[in-house]
Amino acid sequence: MTRQIRIALRNCGVIDPENINDYIATGGYDALAKAIFSMSQDDVIDTMKKSGLRGRGGAGFPTGIKWETARKAKSDKKYVLCNADEGDPGAFMDRSVLEGDPHCVLEAMAICGYAIGASEGIIYVRAEYPLAVKRLQIAIDQAKELGLFGENILGSGFSFDIRLYFGAGAFVCGEETSLMNSVQGGRGEPRLKPPFPANVGLWDKPTNINNVETYANVTQIVRNGWEWYRQFGTEKSAGTKVFALAGKVNNVGLVEVPMGTTLREIIYDIGGGIQHHKKFKSAQTGGPSGGCIPAEHLDTPIDYESLIALGSMMGSGGMIVMDEDDCMVGIAKFYLTFTAEESCGKCTPCRIGNMRLLEILTRITEGDGTEDDLKKLESLGQTIKDTALCGLGQSSPNPILSTLHYFYDEYMAHVDEKRCPSGTCTKLVGYKILPEKCTGCTVCARNCPVNCISGERKKTHVIDQKRCIKCGVCFSKCPFKAIIRG
Amino acid sequence: MMVDITINNVETSVPDGTTILEAAKSLGVHIPTLCHLDLHDIKMVNRVGTCRVCMVEVDGRRNLLPSCSTTVSPGMKVYTNTKRAVSARRQIVELLLSNHPKECLSCERNQNCELQALAAELGIREIHFKGPRLKTEKDSSSYSIVKNFEKCVLCRRCETMCNEIQTVGVYSPVHRGFDTVMGTAFDRKMLDTNCTFCGQCVSVCPTAALTETDDTSKVWDAINDPDKIVIAQTAPAIRVALGEPFGLPVGTRVTGKMVSALRKIGFDKVMDTDFAADLTIMEEASELIHRIRHGGRLPILTSCCPAWVKFIEHQFPTLLDIPSTCKSPHEMFGAIAKTYLADKLGVAADKIVVVSIMPCLAKKFEAKRDELSGKTSGSDVDYVVSTRELARMIREAGINFVNLQDEDFDDVMGESTGASVIFGTTGGVIEAAVRTAAAWLDKDNPNPEIDFTQLRGLEGVREAEVEIAGMKLNIAIAHGLGNARNLLTQIRDGNVKYHAIEIMACPSGCVGGGGQPYHGNNIETLKKRAAAIYKEDEAKTVRRSHENLQIKKLYDEFLGEPYGEKAHELLHTHFSARDIL
Repeated sequence: MTRQIRIALRNCGVIDPENINDYIATGGYDALAKAIFSMSQDDVIDTMKKSGLRGRGGAGFPTGIKWETARKAKSDKKYVLCNADEGDPGAFMDRSVLEGDPHCVLEAMAICGYAIGASEGIIYVRAEYPLAVKRLQIAIDQAKELGLFGENILGSGFSFDIRLYFGAGAFVCGEETSLMNSVQGGRGEPRLKPPFPANVGLWDKPTNINNVETYANVTQIVRNGWEWYRQFGTEKSAGTKVFALAGKVNNVGLVEVPMGTTLREIIYDIGGGIQHHKKFKSAQTGGPSGGCIPAEHLDTPIDYESLIALGSMMGSGGMIVMDEDDCMVGIAKFYLTFTAEESCGKCTPCRIGNMRLLEILTRITEGDGTEDDLKKLESLGQTIKDTALCGLGQSSPNPILSTLHYFYDEYMAHVDEKRCPSGTCTKLVGYKILPEKCTGCTVCARNCPVNCISGERKKTHVIDQKRCIKCGVCFSKCPFKAIIRG
Repeated sequence: MMVDITINNVETSVPDGTTILEAAKSLGVHIPTLCHLDLHDIKMVNRVGTCRVCMVEVDGRRNLLPSCSTTVSPGMKVYTNTKRAVSARRQIVELLLSNHPKECLSCERNQNCELQALAAELGIREIHFKGPRLKTEKDSSSYSIVKNFEKCVLCRRCETMCNEIQTVGVYSPVHRGFDTVMGTAFDRKMLDTNCTFCGQCVSVCPTAALTETDDTSKVWDAINDPDKIVIAQTAPAIRVALGEPFGLPVGTRVTGKMVSALRKIGFDKVMDTDFAADLTIMEEASELIHRIRHGGRLPILTSCCPAWVKFIEHQFPTLLDIPSTCKSPHEMFGAIAKTYLADKLGVAADKIVVVSIMPCLAKKFEAKRDELSGKTSGSDVDYVVSTRELARMIREAGINFVNLQDEDFDDVMGESTGASVIFGTTGGVIEAAVRTAAAWLDKDNPNPEIDFTQLRGLEGVREAEVEIAGMKLNIAIAHGLGNARNLLTQIRDGNVKYHAIEIMACPSGCVGGGGQPYHGNNIETLKKRAAAIYKEDEAKTVRRSHENLQIKKLYDEFLGEPYGEKAHELLHTHFSARDIL
């Protein structure tokens, strides 16, 4: 665990998140005071730009430039939005920050409000995070009581208020313009960009929107200076990144490491390697619209650019590790099922295209696919990437395109030999008892959940293929390895 | 500021804020589109970028960009027909087709469908992506509009039109992903929504997802019933648009051919709603003068437009005492046809079938209103067919429309004035009313004014002051229900003082009605139709409604005084408040 450096998660599990004094004791709200009293708005923005901080929510846009654009936009009213609509399956870094250190997000939003000239902040938080909601509200109330929010903060003349807005669970609302539509009471679907939110955002007013983890870095940068922050990470991707490590590794959970750490370090040194000493097959990064990275790229230092070059993306930092038992076609299908369901339906490629991709994948996993289908996957996937309206659609084919690229043989096995090499596509799998090895011990027959194995004690057993549900229980229970899968 | 760009390696300079699509058009470069729609003059601009057909390649950009909604930037290098762009475009259209009922041969929009035309333009010969289609239920509940969203491509034009231009807000997408459909509030049937049935959604729909309710078979049945006397009446705006489906230039006046075609179809009498428009003016002008002289509620609002009437019933139920109580012209026609005309023809009222040929879909709903049932038999108007439906009937009957000889309307209710013709375009009804009011109020003036050009134009809300015999009349005109809403809100809040207001639900008035031939997303079509209306007016020798001799005769022989007791019984109606949802 020594490779971890905790900036965003520094207070999580350390302080009592429901007591503002705990936060203040760790230097909390120092950065806000420093910004308001000893820095100009441009100083703050300059610091953010020089720090090299990039958005931790997906696309990695430079935070300082975002703030600068919002600052330059002329308007009677501006907004600071926090995207706390963490929706990637298995990702919970934002949740941890909100539950463990809510004030660091509030403080950062106030700093942003000061820098861009906004007096209102809104946190769009998933209603499915009740503890985060509760603690955020406690934090807001306590900070207001101490005069850290509201009119004329600390007598500085700067006023800033924050309120919560609850998301109803649509994945697409994590896309910033959909999120704004949702806050406005509209349907959660993206707007065309440009104009960008920094110019035309919430209620058509200039709006700065960052996600939770991005804000969680801000206070430390303001407090310690951009030079301090620059010591972590790589030239193009400064600082640290929190990953939600999951899947077939021994240690699962959140890890915060400097940018540029390799996949191998995360999976083997921090994650403790693959469970049951199995072989690493692939790491899926970037949430449901990321890609699958194979073993030959385990030593790639992770940053925004390198992940895109590998056909994946940083996303919000999901990292799911797969071993030899995972079927890559099945994995692609799993993720596409998710994005097809969560598509808002606004643009043609995402609405219909993803459904057609999913149908092709389903065909392949059920043994009805052809080689031509693989070409269709590739070409339609590329078109969807090229033409979809928002980030959801533009990245939804990534799991397919990356697995096609790195695991083409596995696809070919499905369409050509009608075989699933990892044995997980149930329609392509069959179990057979080898007479020469079967001792008639009856273990398989007794464990079969549908009673489709018959045979007398001490005589060769037989599986009734018509009734077999291909659950694989007999395969794993046979003490004599007399059952084969294929 | 001008911006220098290149499109397909051709340099050009266009004003800042121009879209790639507009810039390409200025160079004569065609980029296929589907959801895009720009009727700038009536502010109907659908720039939602949902269909992704108009994608182009731009140097230095990772993705393709939608040309309809991407504005140019300095030095931009655009390529509209690279392999990547063309193949993406084709795949997008194939995807749309994969989710579309391919019933083109029996579809209402066959040969008149933007999706079909697009598929032909892109040379789609095979749909490579096959899969189940989304199934939705067809909604034929209303008398005006049929909703068949299996044919919807989610271009969102109906939503933009209904929500932003008309401010009625019937449509909104519901569900998500592949299941996304345009829905109504709480999934209500169209008849149970606050839809005004203006039909503007139909006129911008690129496919047959939204169409008119087809009443032609009922009309054919009536025509073929030997016991019935079937009378056709034609609205003013029909005669300047009916030529379009038969290939005549936009703006061609086809009044005589239209009459001839209707006779050939088999109508027993071909008469004119214009006659009833003159009658409306008699009543409305009398009502206006009555209200002015007796301190009645002002302003008076015209009530010829049934979509507008339904709009005020839903949206401004507290203002229901301001519209004129006059029935709309075709309803007046029906009421007179089944009384006065029946007597003249010597037939029982229940033998008479009145068929209105209208540029409008709301008239279909209006004809079914309870309060517009005749005193003697059934509804004042039995069937309403749109201009589009009439064009179909003419084709079905095998009539060579273009080569027809001009014919005249039948007597009794066939004569009309220039004033009635201009009912067909925005500002026309009020101008017609002012012509008569001016002549009546300024009795000493031997030559009262006829052309009140200050009342004409396409501006959404227009105001004018007209001086008649020393009295200043403040007049306002709105077309499009969003404009009407603005005006009504001001009236409700007491911010404005007008004497008379004309409101038409459809942008540009009846020439742009929801039942007119599809305008091909071209605003010039509407302008040319309006110009033709004014030409028809100029060509008339009698241009004031009260000078219509048949109208005079009608009052002398039957109605008595304008705005009198008999007129009230037959020609006036009332309005009722409706829920907003």
